Amino acid sequence: MDVGDIAVLEREGLDLLIGTLRSMGFRTIGPVVRDGAIVHGPVSGAQDLPAGWHDHQEPGRYRLEQDESPELFGWAVGPASWKSEFFAPEETLWRASITAQQVTLSEPDAATGPAAIIGARPCEVSALAVLDRVLMGGAHPDDRYAARRDGAFVVAVECGAPASTCFCPSMGTGPSARGAFDLALTELVDGGHRFHVQVGTEAGAAVMAQVPHRATEESDRSARQDVLEDAEARMGRTLDTADLPGLLARNLEHPRWEEVAERCLSCGNCTLVCPTCFCSDVSDVSDVSGTVERQRRWASCFDLDHSYLHGGPVRPTTASRYRQWLTHKLSTWWDQFDESGCVGCGRCLTWCPVGIDLTEEAAAIRAADGAVATRERRAS
Amino acid sequence: MTATAEHTGRPASQRGTLSPEPYRVTGRRIEGADVVTLALEPHHGRPLTFAHGQFNMLTAFGVGEIAISISSAPGAPGPIEHSVRDVGAVTHALCRTPIGGTVGVRGPFGTHWDIDDIEEGADVVVVVGGIGLAPLRGAVRDLVDRRRAGGGGVFVLAGMRSPDQILFAEDLEEWRRSGAHVAVTVDVGISGWPGRVGVVTTLLPDTPFDPTRCAAFACGPEIMMRFAARALVDRGVDPRQIRVSLERNMQCGVGLCGHCQLGPLLLCRDGPVVPYGGVADRLFMERQR
Amino acid sequence: MTETIHEILSAHRFLSGLPEGTVEVLAECARAETFESGRLLLHEGDVADTFHLIHPVRVSIEIHGPGHGRHILDSVGPGLTVGLSWAAPPFRCQFDARSLEPEVAVAVDSECLRARLGENPALGYALLERLASVLIGRLQVARVRLLDLYGNDSDR
Repeated sequence: MDVGDIAVLEREGLDLLIGTLRSMGFRTIGPVVRDGAIVHGPVSGAQDLPAGWHDHQEPGRYRLEQDESPELFGWAVGPASWKSEFFAPEETLWRASITAQQVTLSEPDAATGPAAIIGARPCEVSALAVLDRVLMGGAHPDDRYAARRDGAFVVAVECGAPASTCFCPSMGTGPSARGAFDLALTELVDGGHRFHVQVGTEAGAAVMAQVPHRATEESDRSARQDVLEDAEARMGRTLDTADLPGLLARNLEHPRWEEVAERCLSCGNCTLVCPTCFCSDVSDVSDVSGTVERQRRWASCFDLDHSYLHGGPVRPTTASRYRQWLTHKLSTWWDQFDESGCVGCGRCLTWCPVGIDLTEEAAAIRAADGAVATRERRAS
Repeated sequence: MTATAEHTGRPASQRGTLSPEPYRVTGRRIEGADVVTLALEPHHGRPLTFAHGQFNMLTAFGVGEIAISISSAPGAPGPIEHSVRDVGAVTHALCRTPIGGTVGVRGPFGTHWDIDDIEEGADVVVVVGGIGLAPLRGAVRDLVDRRRAGGGGVFVLAGMRSPDQILFAEDLEEWRRSGAHVAVTVDVGISGWPGRVGVVTTLLPDTPFDPTRCAAFACGPEIMMRFAARALVDRGVDPRQIRVSLERNMQCGVGLCGHCQLGPLLLCRDGPVVPYGGVADRLFMERQR
Repeated sequence: MTETIHEILSAHRFLSGLPEGTVEVLAECARAETFESGRLLLHEGDVADTFHLIHPVRVSIEIHGPGHGRHILDSVGPGLTVGLSWAAPPFRCQFDARSLEPEVAVAVDSECLRARLGENPALGYALLERLASVLIGRLQVARVRLLDLYGNDSDR
């Protein structure tokens, strides 16, 4: 098989695909149901995938329910993103032992064996590309992230059941798979439970060559088109991205920031579930034996101390912190990394306890472009 | 750490971007006003090369790491100097590191003052407040040398807290002796102080530089840089010829942790030195950014 | 609305004892502005084109800095004037001015005012003398505050 080829995998073929990846030494991880949500865990076969599960998402709301339908991927996204597989939520960067005679520094191994992701949504594939640019595309790449990304195998699964909070078409990230996937599957049920497969890379081609598959027929290809067109039509909302970076950049004093701050709890849930948020805190710890460690853990720009400088935070108000998050995600990310930081996955809407919807916030600012929260001038 | 301590570490080429290189403190100088200048030399290999205005991330092992501007001149023989103000746990530990002690170094990072970009023969005006002189110290040294070799005038305006807290007083005197125009003012005087009292911008009217042909550098507390830059512009300096050094919370120094963002900039990568005209002028006025 | 401005100005402390006609000249260049509590009347860096006579509450003079938040440098009022930078070049606000309570202020356009005072030098002299006394008072107060009289001796 070659890059760009398409094929059909029968339902049983998915088990064989996962088994092949395992036999090649990959840790196969994919979506599993746990604690009332679809999260990530080890999958040894299709039986571990969320068969018959469907999610209902709205700003501030997430519910799972299961029925008799055979779909393994009849849901959108869960709170976990693939960020945590490659950008560790917590890790030790280096250890140094300090004695009277010497300082010896060592770095723990970053990689834990190559990972094969079974079921990354197109928005998530885009999100990994965004993270790659942030963490590997600069003058000082994060070698720990790079070590984990290197050799990872990505099986994308196109969306057939978007949630009401999804808006990937607005961001150009879905519902069809694009970018750096090794294989992209589309689950088809009518006319036989099977998967339309796109080969994205040489590595993907090599794996597919080992898994029984057949050529596509017109019915397979048009069934896939139907799934994608249907998904796009059912997409939950849109984000108007026309001059969005400029719109936010010129509305830093907009009254909407204070308005959203009355609702925002500054809890940071959005940054936790966002597949592209990358802020981290670095701290050094030591013990009495003279060993010191530098640790890094996920942080959030909603933390009050995130911007601490000269005795206090630069952004002491919720309004200033919400503004920082939204303008970074949709505006200054362009200045810093030449693309948008948002992939339209909708997680920040679903997992916000008060249901703040950034598509609505951006629209409100656009509707009153130029409004300023300052004095009201009355004609004399 | 005793004077005979040995330091081992992987060669820089094999170290991750977040692992410090052990350096030894080979000199200390107490500058006053809670400021200590540390002279650092690597135990292994060549000292790092850097440009004026860049910074290193210095590690006090077991305490933490912090961004400190390099205050010596690039190309000057000998150790690399950092002037550290004791204001917190990490800076306290760094300031107390004795000669022979170990400090971790990662760097150099950030943009630089780019003194080589200055038009030949143009005047250079340096406006600094307090320890803001440290990141410009190496640049001023080199500019004073160039002036001796026929370059434009060098004008150093320094605002300090009080007469007993004038940092780098010997450097200021040496530059004055070498032909630079050096003026110092203090915010609060003490009995017997014959010099100027008032903020640093009050020194500008008596500074005879050509605003139409000059480059200006300002470094110090942000409020001081705002007022200094505006005063320079009022005097006729092209805003794009003024460079300032911006500061935000910094934790990785290499554009990965997100803390040093200031609007569109990641200061460890796009700063700390930025032009005033078109960049800092706008950012200074964005409150809580 | 013009009546309200006239009433405010006639009763305003800053203008008491000034020559006949001062209130009228100011009123010609004035408009009323309302401020909610916490709103800025003036922003540091803006063109200084307005001279505020505030009534009846206080305004704080502030400057913002990263990490320090807002330094409150001074307070003005009640019933006094806000803004000095309009009176001389470079005509640029040096500080922020923030309303501490909801209020109505009479905002005098300074370009209009300077033009009127140019036509009426006697009135101009009287007004600027009054302004000078405000300035002198605030400068004296600022200098004495520099002494930090209530601080510890060891800090001085």
